[in-house]
Amino acid sequence: MSKFQFPESIRSRPVYGTLQAHPGKSHLMIADSEGAEAILDLAQRKNGLMVNSHIIFIPKGTDFGKSLQALNPAQYYEGPSYPAALTRIQRVLADAAMGLQIYLSGTEGLMGQAQNEAMKAGYDHTAIQTEHRGSVARRMQCVHCKGITEDVIMDPFQCIHCGLNLFVRDHYSRRLAAYQAVCIDAEDPGNVPPSVELYS
Amino acid sequence: MTIQFNDETFRDDYSFKNSQRAIDRFPFPFHEDSYMYSVNMEQHQGGPSDSIYEKRFDVDEHYVAEMRDRAMVLADDPLRCQSLPHMTLAGWDLLELIMVSKSEDYPALFELHRDGDNWHWINKPLGIDDHFVFMDETTLPYGPMEYITRQTQGDFCVLDQRDENLWMDAGMITTQADWSLDFDIGMNFFEWHAPVPLAHEKGIFIRALKFLLSIQQGAPARRLNWTMTVNPLLDTSPENYHKWGIQKTSVTPKNLGSKQHLRVELQTFFRLPRSNALVFPIRCYLISFQDIVSKVKWGRRLHRVIRDLPEELATYKGFIDNRPMMLEFLSKYDDGLETSFGVWPEEGTEPPLQK
Repeated sequence: MSKFQFPESIRSRPVYGTLQAHPGKSHLMIADSEGAEAILDLAQRKNGLMVNSHIIFIPKGTDFGKSLQALNPAQYYEGPSYPAALTRIQRVLADAAMGLQIYLSGTEGLMGQAQNEAMKAGYDHTAIQTEHRGSVARRMQCVHCKGITEDVIMDPFQCIHCGLNLFVRDHYSRRLAAYQAVCIDAEDPGNVPPSVELYS
Repeated sequence: MTIQFNDETFRDDYSFKNSQRAIDRFPFPFHEDSYMYSVNMEQHQGGPSDSIYEKRFDVDEHYVAEMRDRAMVLADDPLRCQSLPHMTLAGWDLLELIMVSKSEDYPALFELHRDGDNWHWINKPLGIDDHFVFMDETTLPYGPMEYITRQTQGDFCVLDQRDENLWMDAGMITTQADWSLDFDIGMNFFEWHAPVPLAHEKGIFIRALKFLLSIQQGAPARRLNWTMTVNPLLDTSPENYHKWGIQKTSVTPKNLGSKQHLRVELQTFFRLPRSNALVFPIRCYLISFQDIVSKVKWGRRLHRVIRDLPEELATYKGFIDNRPMMLEFLSKYDDGLETSFGVWPEEGTEPPLQK
């Protein structure tokens, strides 16, 4: 089962739901890894949805691609990474007409970044559906150097940009699509507790 | 009165100091011998003569040095000042509010001459004499918010109001207590306060937001908040925490009186006329422990407040590790005698220290 029950958390972190087919002229679905399962479930619940759907999928090593293609969406694209898919996503959003429904599923990093692009294109974040599936890794911004470290699952961790030892702060920015990471050993350099997996 | 501006620093050699006048008018934040969060708002319509509450934007002896420190912070990290595109009008509102207030409240220091949209602004302490066209950004060296807040003490959050909420959509934040404008910009009131412990559960933010949403033009409000800072460091930003955090460990029983500072924020709230935005200046006042205990009542009270503060708050405010040492120092100034209600030092009536 790829669904994870997030513990009760602070007010800035996003709350994810379960994708529901909404009436619309067209449907844009962006997913990574196990997020594919949310789209497969959605398609099963709503016949005919795929006729007007565009699926953008980033497998991240999973093999859901074939099942998604078998849904026969109007358009299907598979990208090797989110950055690789980004210009396409921007183009699709720029061309979007009234009545487009947006569905995001998969990791928090994918949903956050895609939601951010949709917001830049003028969509209200509350009008964009999200469903978390798969890894609970977080996308982290180092508050010191501003560099983003993707898919952080261990806390504390080392910033891949500046090398500082960072802890995962439970504070989320929609604009950055990232949680905040803060130096853990500033007051006692070198004293870094052993890393533990998030939510463990 | 004329103000003698201090030539002082808030970094490196930390030559910052408070004159006797600055100590006398320090905004001691505790009106009783204990502390818990509350929506401690009151109208910001003046206050006792020469107090920090008297003027709309208090200008004190630290003005010139604080502006110098701000310029250094911005040179190192321009992201401390940001304004989302829809907030430019609010920036002009803020510029007008500050220029009008300062020129009326401190005519010897600031002058504003308006001929239609052609404005002439003179800031004597900083040696600025600029002509510009109101609402024309091309006539100022910075955007309007940045221009005026480079000349005004305190951090500034400019909040957009929509959907029955307030949005942190612009700000000049160089003296913050551990929060990042660059991270929080674009967040609503509940989101940017998310990391604050206990207060959500107490319903503090729901009540505070209701109050703020209804603030009207010409009826500003204010409250105090506080934390602790080692050394008179203004830039206690998370951005630079990996550089300044180590200073917290430099406190010893011997130097605590001069190194440990109480940091008090005077937060004020003004409705802006054209944009309907809310501006939220956060003015920081620093005082060393040794200067606090020069007021007998403040010494007694601070000891009791710090001693009895819930652990979550001492942790959130970042002084849990140094609390025992702080108490050791402060206990010498607490003889257990009763204190009078209210924040003022009451030097004429408070009994002298009995130890």
